[in-house]
Amino acid sequence: MSIEVLLVEDSPGDVRLTQEAFREANSLIRLHVASDGFEAMAFLRHEGIHADAPRPDFILLDLNLPKMDGREVLAHIKNDESLKTIPTIILTTSHAEEDIVSSYQAHANCYLSKPVQLAAFEDVVKSINDFWLTRAKLTQRRLDE
Amino acid sequence: MSIEVLLVEDSPGDVRLTTEAFRDANRMIHLHVASDGVEALAFLRNEGIYIDAPRPQFILLDLNLPKMDGREVLAHIKGDESLKTIPTIILTTSTAEEDIMRSYELQANCYLSKPVQLDEFEGVVKSINDFWLTMAKLPQPRRNI
Repeated sequence: MSIEVLLVEDSPGDVRLTQEAFREANSLIRLHVASDGFEAMAFLRHEGIHADAPRPDFILLDLNLPKMDGREVLAHIKNDESLKTIPTIILTTSHAEEDIVSSYQAHANCYLSKPVQLAAFEDVVKSINDFWLTRAKLTQRRLDE
Repeated sequence: MSIEVLLVEDSPGDVRLTTEAFRDANRMIHLHVASDGVEALAFLRNEGIYIDAPRPQFILLDLNLPKMDGREVLAHIKGDESLKTIPTIILTTSTAEEDIMRSYELQANCYLSKPVQLDEFEGVVKSINDFWLTMAKLPQPRRNI
């Protein structure tokens, strides 16, 4: 069975690197991409062209996004009874203590900073796969989704 | 600087295994143990004999505990403005979907099941160290309130 992952990221370069790194790490992963906060919420709520979108097993969320930023997307996810159980990992270039603290306050499951170096970026993606998709227990997808 | 970790676990055998596995994985870790839920909250709130307890950088929480169980401890942590930013990982023998779902609903940062086999248990502890203490960004420890 495939593992559905939603990547919310506006940088095409980062999207491509993440796709390639996940492909190498785990061929079962199906990566869906939303390039702004509105599209992410539409995907999660099956709205419009996302009517048939699967419920992701797990979300990777950038903080700085056009239209609706990642902080707001996180608040929507974690205040929604149905969506809050999807592990949501912040993946951002920000190292600011304020962003780290406010993300955990808003119940981000984890905060990772995006390294600039390609090899380090691949290591981060591999570690997400090794820990979250191999070790951690995620909630089962329900058939009604 | 040492990394302060609170382990909330009532089984002396599991405490010992966890202590040994962390010692092998990372010498900087200073593991504190609370053997029931009431003791865990006293530690986190610096009450009684825990007046000088450090604020942990992260918490490993068993679900089935005497006095106050792990679900209730988790609800207290994630409902407290000061404590909610401490990443709290459920580490339990239960693999029941209900426990996984309920823990994420209560905003557990992650859910791990405790393997019965010793080498697998060591692998889980090592993966916690590799991911949470190496890759993930945690809020900086603050001076105790």
